[in-house]
Amino acid sequence: MAGAAGTGAADTLVEAALRGDRLALARILTAVESRTAVGEAALRRLYPLAGRAHIVGVTGPPGSGKSTLVAALTGELRRAGRSVGVIAVDPSSPITGGALLGDRVRMQIHAQDDDVFIRSMAARGHAGGLAPTSGAAAAVLDGVGFDTVLVETVGTGQSEVEVAAAADTTIVLEAPEMGDEVQAIKAGLLEVADIVVVNKGDRPGAQRTAGQLRAMLVAVPRVGRGSAAADGATGGAGGAAGERPRPTAPEVLVTTATTGAGVPELLAVLDRRRAADHDGRRNAARRTRAAAQVWSIVGERMRADLEAPALLEATTATLLAVAEHRLDPFAAADRLLASLRRR
Amino acid sequence: MTERPIKVLIAKPGLDGHDRGAKVLARGLRDEGFEVVYTGLRQTPEMVAAAALQEDVDVVGLSILSGAHMTLVPRVCRLLRERKMDDVLVVTGGIVPDDDVPALKAEGVAAVFGPGTTIIEVADFLRANARPRR
Repeated sequence: MAGAAGTGAADTLVEAALRGDRLALARILTAVESRTAVGEAALRRLYPLAGRAHIVGVTGPPGSGKSTLVAALTGELRRAGRSVGVIAVDPSSPITGGALLGDRVRMQIHAQDDDVFIRSMAARGHAGGLAPTSGAAAAVLDGVGFDTVLVETVGTGQSEVEVAAAADTTIVLEAPEMGDEVQAIKAGLLEVADIVVVNKGDRPGAQRTAGQLRAMLVAVPRVGRGSAAADGATGGAGGAAGERPRPTAPEVLVTTATTGAGVPELLAVLDRRRAADHDGRRNAARRTRAAAQVWSIVGERMRADLEAPALLEATTATLLAVAEHRLDPFAAADRLLASLRRR
Repeated sequence: MTERPIKVLIAKPGLDGHDRGAKVLARGLRDEGFEVVYTGLRQTPEMVAAAALQEDVDVVGLSILSGAHMTLVPRVCRLLRERKMDDVLVVTGGIVPDDDVPALKAEGVAAVFGPGTTIIEVADFLRANARPRR
């Protein structure tokens, strides 16, 4: 299995990272991001140590001030003596696979603080607002002991709700005057917000936008089951155990991230949520996250087995039969699963 | 597992505010399939080294047009070595007199790209010389 190969190197890196060696931590994150055997072994070592950090997702449209708010929130946490890990995701080019990761521009004032660790990630073709391994990277930062892990998504539109499954608490940023009340009642991003922040609070209309959001978002009916977040995260695999309770009316705050106005109040709200969730390690969001992680690994491992030398030929033939419409995709999936069972 | 993309930090150490070249290169390398971290203007060598470490980049590209390269570039190279990042490729661009190039190379700079260098030349050099990526 992939696990055994990387164990020695991973143990060395994990021990160094736990002692505070930032280069070792950086190299673990690279291994996790590249899905190497070392990365898998390191994650296995760190997972039992994780689960203590408050993982906060920050999402919102391009230019709404996510990176600036993350920097301001980091400053506020540091003033309280708390350590901060940041995962900042920017899009990869669908054409070349390249990426321009520019979130650090707003965060560089924290670059030399040993209790802040900022890591940029390219989304690498993943469409939900995060990179495929962002959740795992957050778990690594959690496992080595950061108090708070901020996960900043790519600039999102209306439906990139994946971060809600990856985070304990989700902040959705809006800029003033970004739309009328109908925008606020559309399904999607705002539905998964635990906290809505109207940033650029020094612009005209910020308070009015916040007022509209408050008025419209309390109107969300409190239905206790099913949610876009759970379905988005698990590809529909969320059963009764995997459901995330629909957030009831999110708090709506106004910040000006460039000056720090409103940021202490935002941290206070985050801390209140964290305290309320304190005994909630088994809370619904974390169950959803765990289920999504495990199902994704199950899928990857089954595929790896089906593409291993012993089965590759049969698997390829089955896929070809579907391409030629000699076999339907459901029958093909059943055939592949049966070939795994026969092994 | 396919080889991961080469990760490059493009940094502007020092006080000059001319970052058009750095941005054009960052964008160009993006189009060449690199993952490019851009950190913005007025970085100290310490900030550059810290960002390179946290991001675990394969390449550090320093853009300097102020004439302070003989101070700033060796300092970045030394900080990277102190942090055990000897395997990181350091290249510079901007305005560097030919006479200074040997001294910079002695400090560990792999290449100095002057005006007129094409993006393709830079990309090919980085592909040929960046550390192996597991």
